[in-house]
Amino acid sequence: MSQREDIKKTYKLYIGGKFPRTESGRYIKWVDANNKGAVNICRGSRKDFRNAMVTARDAFSGWCSRTAYNRSQILYRIGEILEGRRSQFANELILQGSSKKEAGNEINQSIDRLIYYAGWADKYQQIFSRVNPVASSYFNFSYPEPTGVVSALAPNNSSLIGLVSIVAPIIAGGNTVVVLASEEKPLCSITFAEVLHTSDVPGGVVNILTGYRSELLDHFSSHMDVNAIVYCGNESEEIKLVQENAALNVKRPIVYTDENWLSKNVQDPYRILNTLETKTTWHPVGI
Amino acid sequence: MNKKINKSDFKTDWSYSPAPESTDHIKIVKKNDLFINGKFMPPEKGKYFKTINPANEQKLADVAEADKSDVDKAVKAARKAYDKVWSKMDPSERGKYIYRIARLIQERAREFSVIETMDGGKPIRESRDIDIPLVSAHFFYYAGWADKLSYAFPGKQAKPIGVAGQIIPWNFPLLMAAWKLAPALATGNTVVLKPAETTPLTAMKLAEIIQEADLPPGVVNIINGDGKTGRAIVEHEDINKIAFTGSTDVGKMIMKSVAGTGKKYTLELGGKAANIIFEDAAIDQAVEGIIDGIFFNQGHVCCAGSRLFVQESVADTVISKLKDRMESLIVGDPLDKNTDIGAINSKMQLEKIKMYVDIGQKEGGSVHQSSCGLPEKGYWHAPTLFTDVSQSHRIVQEEIFGPVLAIQTFRTVDEVIAKANNTPFGLSGGVWTDKGSKIFQVSKSIRAGVLWANTFNKFDPTSPFGGYKESGMGREGGLEGLMPYVNLV
Repeated sequence: MSQREDIKKTYKLYIGGKFPRTESGRYIKWVDANNKGAVNICRGSRKDFRNAMVTARDAFSGWCSRTAYNRSQILYRIGEILEGRRSQFANELILQGSSKKEAGNEINQSIDRLIYYAGWADKYQQIFSRVNPVASSYFNFSYPEPTGVVSALAPNNSSLIGLVSIVAPIIAGGNTVVVLASEEKPLCSITFAEVLHTSDVPGGVVNILTGYRSELLDHFSSHMDVNAIVYCGNESEEIKLVQENAALNVKRPIVYTDENWLSKNVQDPYRILNTLETKTTWHPVGI
Repeated sequence: MNKKINKSDFKTDWSYSPAPESTDHIKIVKKNDLFINGKFMPPEKGKYFKTINPANEQKLADVAEADKSDVDKAVKAARKAYDKVWSKMDPSERGKYIYRIARLIQERAREFSVIETMDGGKPIRESRDIDIPLVSAHFFYYAGWADKLSYAFPGKQAKPIGVAGQIIPWNFPLLMAAWKLAPALATGNTVVLKPAETTPLTAMKLAEIIQEADLPPGVVNIINGDGKTGRAIVEHEDINKIAFTGSTDVGKMIMKSVAGTGKKYTLELGGKAANIIFEDAAIDQAVEGIIDGIFFNQGHVCCAGSRLFVQESVADTVISKLKDRMESLIVGDPLDKNTDIGAINSKMQLEKIKMYVDIGQKEGGSVHQSSCGLPEKGYWHAPTLFTDVSQSHRIVQEEIFGPVLAIQTFRTVDEVIAKANNTPFGLSGGVWTDKGSKIFQVSKSIRAGVLWANTFNKFDPTSPFGGYKESGMGREGGLEGLMPYVNLV
């Protein structure tokens, strides 16, 4: 009796709720930590990014006008679905060099982080809103609104937890995002897209690309329809490029230099606030 | 009487006797030095430039021009004051100094108002009733925050950043100085402030008050100069934070310049606000709001309602009432208490406004101006509006920063929201309707930082101000206004 052969997964991109290959037809050969297997990861292009930006912009008005309760439930749902697919992520994390224990811990932390931000999705508004006691006959209040479409460079040294830690606060705040996954550890990114896809996250709210950071960083930071850019890393030349390009359309550059994405220190509502804007409304009081 | 009575001829039927504010109690220092380390000192290179009264082009005073070495001196003084005194002081004591500044400004409010009007051209009514009262209110508000920061940021500790370089514009000279200084000082930072080169005088008076208030030397340093001085501040290695109010172009240059340096920054940049009038609005109030929106402070307002959208069904009425109201605006001597519209701040700005009026006509817009006479000396521009313009016209897209209104009409809510948001700016907006639900819908949909519903151009120290998109980043005023001056740990 002959042995059954595995069906191998094709790793694609996640754009607008669909899983296309890169339009460029290019790939990156990725070899696992034990030098046993290899997969072809899409080498995303500028055009892929631009396509993703179009879907992210289209999705923005719908996503930001969902109720906070609904966004909270969807984030919770992502956590639920991730919990149900632990083994798949564990396999990938191990292929990427984690021990079994490390993989289990990373999955736990990733789920917990989603639940953490799910809880914030309908509360940060109350923490960051105020009624301002103006010295005149007006009712004046301020509340946070999403900044808009965010481009993000997920941490390179981290796979699942890095991606989750970046994406969750952005979408909890009502923004949509195009994120470039870790170049070193890309496997979980597309599997995470499958989780998103089955968690009632509307298409286009999260778009995930794989590819070379060195090639895409300039495009992620210079695109004129990006309202904020989140950069994770410590490369001073890259940070400078992001901050310079941000000037083109005054996009908000947000830099996270954290190393340990498993730590609880990298989660707080101020990370949601980083991609929010304060809107203040005045109305006269009188007859 | 053989005089013909013309209903809209307000000039003939409604004239006011001159009512000038007196200037005899005002002492303008003829030669203003740099204010560094608590002392007034001449600039290294000994260069001075003049500041004039834009209403009559007469010289008011000479002002020291700071070059790189002066900037360095100011930063060093600020650093020393930060390390040795200000960041270490008990916050409640810090607050007392700021309260003291607020009080001293209240006491000398009239003097400040008159100098503000003479140096900048704005009507005395505005400097007396709006600018200067808001200045002391701003210091008063932030003074109280100094020892309450732990309540502002739940779960975090707020630490000062260090030395802040602050560069401010000429449209609200002392008010912008207050917006910058008060939160910076309350949070424990020290400051190098550069006023705009056409309006340095009230900031130099403020330096006197800072001396009187006994603020420790070096906590606030005020130096003057043009863009070169500003650049020297932005590029100085020992500055930790830049706060800038001014044009979007310069804001972008600053972002580029500080990229990769780790300096923090906040930017309050240009705007092109949509002021939206629905058919169910209280029309007469809306007309007042339109006037206030675009002609307040000669239109030198980043949040000015420079794009008017009127619902088609009431467009004729609104525009006709608007023209009547424009006709009644008193343009002239800024020191006259009846003046509505004062002098344009500078010759350069006047030329820019005229250029845009020219462009507006060349691109096919129909222009209408108030028939008011303009004084011969000084820089003046009549209230102006354009009809027959569309989204692609330059006067609809670009910030003019003058008394020029571009009017468009609309039919549906969706249409006007799309048009209002069709701009790279996002500082402010206005909506006029008697229907509450429509206010919430529209003000939520406008991508801008400040929304005025059934009002326009209102400001308060407790109310955050700042833009979306290319109108800048960060907020000034309110609790949000503390955020740009702290590190949260």
